[in-house]
Amino acid sequence: MNKVCASVDEAVADVFDGASIAIAGFFTGGGPIRLVEALANHTARDLTIIVQSVGVGNWEINLLLQNRQVRKVVCNYPFYRSVSKQSLFERMLQAGEVACELVPMGTFVERLRAGGAGIAGFYTPTGAGTSVAVGKETRVFGDKEYLLELALRPDFAFVHAYKGDPQGNLVYRKTSRNYNPEIAMSARTTIAEVENLVLPGDINPDHVHTPGIFVTRVVEVGRPSIRVTIEAAPEEVPAIHS
Amino acid sequence: MVTPTLVAAESGISRELMALRVANEIKDGSYVNLGIGIPTLVSNWIEGRDIILHSEIGMLNTGPLAEDRQIDQDLINASCQPVTELPGSSYFSSADSFAMIRGGHIDVAVLGALQVSEKGDLASWNIPASGRGTVGNIGGSMDLAAGARKVIVVTEHVTKSGEPKIVRECTYPLTASRCVDLIVTNLAVIEVTPEGLVLKEIAPGLTPEEVQAVTEPTLLVSPDLKEIQL
Repeated sequence: MNKVCASVDEAVADVFDGASIAIAGFFTGGGPIRLVEALANHTARDLTIIVQSVGVGNWEINLLLQNRQVRKVVCNYPFYRSVSKQSLFERMLQAGEVACELVPMGTFVERLRAGGAGIAGFYTPTGAGTSVAVGKETRVFGDKEYLLELALRPDFAFVHAYKGDPQGNLVYRKTSRNYNPEIAMSARTTIAEVENLVLPGDINPDHVHTPGIFVTRVVEVGRPSIRVTIEAAPEEVPAIHS
Repeated sequence: MVTPTLVAAESGISRELMALRVANEIKDGSYVNLGIGIPTLVSNWIEGRDIILHSEIGMLNTGPLAEDRQIDQDLINASCQPVTELPGSSYFSSADSFAMIRGGHIDVAVLGALQVSEKGDLASWNIPASGRGTVGNIGGSMDLAAGARKVIVVTEHVTKSGEPKIVRECTYPLTASRCVDLIVTNLAVIEVTPEGLVLKEIAPGLTPEEVQAVTEPTLLVSPDLKEIQL
């Protein structure tokens, strides 16, 4: 099996208008930068983007917003930490140009895991008695209240790995693993950008983090340049990648 | 005459000492998650102790901040600061990381607060008057507040404008209800109990009346009230 694509543009070519796309990464760490840039060069519109933060640390998400490609964002960290600093997403949200579904971090990743694992939903204590619970079914187990949270099953997943082989086996590096494993398994079509494309057999089977069955395409992108820290980064300016 | 609010805002112990007081509360052998702000300062006081720091991005045994030459873009904490490994560090996915949090495997979460109620409700993610409406940076705060075995809140006793942060009912959106076990401020250490808030320790030079004057709910003064234990 050979899932290798020659370019990021080829890898994202079949993204369609109205598609939902889960994008891995935790602020500056472990995001599929090149795939998002390729999506920004694509004509697809009315997208639902499922991503941890919206242009905070992962600056290239702002390209999608600037292009007006995004209809809705599902996230857990939409804004800059400082209230005095407004991001492009915050301004667009206030102007009603985009919608936001706020999901606590642990629920966010568990909904994606459930989607990939064929589980329709689950009960979690997180968010019980808060604004996150509004409109959701609740149930008491023991003496504790839980919320029913439903699986996320996006059309596409974009992930970033340190190493990958043509069958789609992936290895992540340190804290850049973060959401990548769950996002890789969540979607119908999973596209992995890898820093290093290696031969089948080069990855010790015991060291595979994401087995290739979850991965549809693999594209080699090299190592991204170091990114600035979250609070020091200039607003809205996508980082320049070497 | 100086108003009680001014006394509170300018008195008490420093943020560093608040962090030390929290560190003294954490038992050896604990797995601990530190939130952003004053909670982060706790890490300065636990070096050499048998305490393992958890970072929700997916790391246990998170080491000190990285120096210039050590910076690795694949090694950051949940605040995006470059950090280091320690002997025995491990990495894992965010799903596993939040299984640790929700599943009661984290012994102590140290969190900041906008408001804490007398029942131990916590509000920490959204000030409605900020103009951000009902949307805000929830991040991992709701999971930590709901899942950690013990939640310690460390915060200034009053807001910059002198409003009490310890209130009868939270008016800001909740992070979790009835989750806070202990409140450490620049003025006092307060335990949340079924009977109410118990004033256990107090900053040097202050009286319980002065602390009460800047605290909305009625404090039950502990019979063995002490100075803050540093």
